[in-house]
Amino acid sequence: MFNQLLPYLLAGVSVGGQYALIAVGYTMVYGILRLINFAHGDVFTAAGFFMVYLMASMPLGVAAPLVILLTVALGFTLERVAYKPLRQAPRMSVMISAIGASYLLQNLMWYVTGGLAKQYPVLPLLSDSVQIGAASTKVVTLVTPVLTVLLVVALQLLIKHTKIGMAMRAVSVDFETSQLMGIKINSVISTTFIIGSALAAVGSMLYFTNYSTVTPTVGAMPGLKAFVAAVFGGIGSIPGAVIGAFIIGICENLIKAAGYTAFSDAFTFALLILVLLFRPTGLFGEKTAEKV
Amino acid sequence: MKRMSNTRKIVSVAVVFLIYFLAWFAEARLGTNSMLITVLKKGAVYALIAASMNLLNGFTGLFSLGQAGFMLVGAYVYAVFTIPLKRHAAVYQYYNGGIIQFELPMLVALLLAGIVAALLAALVGLPVLRLKSDYLAIATLGFAEIIRAIVQWDTLGPITNGSNLLKTYPTFKDAKIFGSTVLFPFLVSGVCIVVILLLINSTYGRAFKAIRDDEIAAEAMGVNLFRTKELAFVISCFFAGIGGALLAMFQGTVQANSFKSSMTYDILLMVVIGGMGSISGSVVASFLYIACSEWWLRFLDNELVIGTFHVPLLRSGFRMVVFSAVIMVVVLFFRKGLMGDKELWNLQLNRERRLRR
Repeated sequence: MFNQLLPYLLAGVSVGGQYALIAVGYTMVYGILRLINFAHGDVFTAAGFFMVYLMASMPLGVAAPLVILLTVALGFTLERVAYKPLRQAPRMSVMISAIGASYLLQNLMWYVTGGLAKQYPVLPLLSDSVQIGAASTKVVTLVTPVLTVLLVVALQLLIKHTKIGMAMRAVSVDFETSQLMGIKINSVISTTFIIGSALAAVGSMLYFTNYSTVTPTVGAMPGLKAFVAAVFGGIGSIPGAVIGAFIIGICENLIKAAGYTAFSDAFTFALLILVLLFRPTGLFGEKTAEKV
Repeated sequence: MKRMSNTRKIVSVAVVFLIYFLAWFAEARLGTNSMLITVLKKGAVYALIAASMNLLNGFTGLFSLGQAGFMLVGAYVYAVFTIPLKRHAAVYQYYNGGIIQFELPMLVALLLAGIVAALLAALVGLPVLRLKSDYLAIATLGFAEIIRAIVQWDTLGPITNGSNLLKTYPTFKDAKIFGSTVLFPFLVSGVCIVVILLLINSTYGRAFKAIRDDEIAAEAMGVNLFRTKELAFVISCFFAGIGGALLAMFQGTVQANSFKSSMTYDILLMVVIGGMGSISGSVVASFLYIACSEWWLRFLDNELVIGTFHVPLLRSGFRMVVFSAVIMVVVLFFRKGLMGDKELWNLQLNRERRLRR
């Protein structure tokens, strides 16, 4: 029994870690701007394409940092172009802008790639096979949870103990007051997008190593699931998002193990709806009072 | 709402008749398969769906992203109940001809499509409508995805044909009026949009707008928040269901897989371009949107050589890039869209007022 479930559990933990890296981007942006960044999943896909094109001409050691850099630049530009002009606009407008940006990114990727699925390069080390008990899997499966936890701990330290981290926390509590206190909110928001995009880039390297092809719309689903993970953990809370992502990743694969593959996506959304109904602030979310 | 004067009413009706006549005339001259007629039919279908979404998002202020799910229900109900009995064996080839052993007339099935979508919306609305703004958006999006998964479920195969195509049901070609395929979608969609307009200008419509502008104030004025929201949701989904059925008729085949969240986004963008809170804006924007994406921007997809000069950038996919960039410009810089919250027939009135002032 355990031996049968083991591959699914391993896949679950691995996918969970990848969702976690995306979910952190969602939860940080939501914490600060109260915006569901619908285009985050597409930034994640774009990172996949960057890797495809860069690995064609350079070794991994050069390509990987470049991918992160390019993805960060994309995230930064996205914020400046699509969200900054709408700072004073109603939340609905910003969300529509996010959907529009996601649409534009997808079409742009379709145009550049010609709409064909691109083979993701084999990353040395990560793609090697290993044997665990009765299950054979790729190294990436083992690396993902470890790397995820390390990155998130580093991020927590950044947020708790540095000046920019303090500024982020201040902005997420009260946008306007922190502005009055002399915090440059635009640079704080940009930093948030930079961190989120960098983590998404790392997540995409791990994710696509498992899935082997990249298409322009492939990021939409993991993006939505990562968002669900963020809500599940309590939006705005980074540890919550990580735990939520692992839970979703594992449950999803257990459902596949039970033979209901068609419902693995639906399950995620059912979970979302249940959480929103019974505990809208998620597992670790802060309570907010309704203001008139 | 300003009451319409009698002349204004007569002019509106006359304009509508003129448009219908022109559409019919165009099809008679250009033939059914011309690009214009295809765009007109698809535009009419999307006009209804966009109007139904505007009722919810623009007039009631409920940011719902579940439209594709309810369209899916409408499309499937229509298709499942109208596939001719003798074709069942071919369509449901993997499920022994399916278990539904009767067929309904087209119009009845169309109505049923709306009703089933509305009933489902009533159920979904019970939990979901307690949520606010972006949580509501993501929950409705989630429900749409769940509906899509359930429809494709193998166990329901004898009814929904699983993830296989549904086909051979009556399409617009089987619904000719005066020998024209374009009039049927225009008529159905037109009647539904008029009903939506009448609703918006009724007491219910005023309650919807009150909720949009300020929930707490609306509640204080005696609007039953939950019941009114539920009503708006159910009615919107009823028309989304009919719209889905019309879309099925337009396409000739349906498959659950095509009703993804990107379809909802398309419709949302139409509503935004037309103006949140303007039904006529949604209608105009739907036709423009469909015409641009299917027809007018086609040339961007083809490589073009003038003399020896190879025009750069033009190749497959460029059309959608330009199109989505234009949409972004509208979203960012023309947030009110084409019409803002005005209706076409009120534009003139406002100008007169301004002059008088």
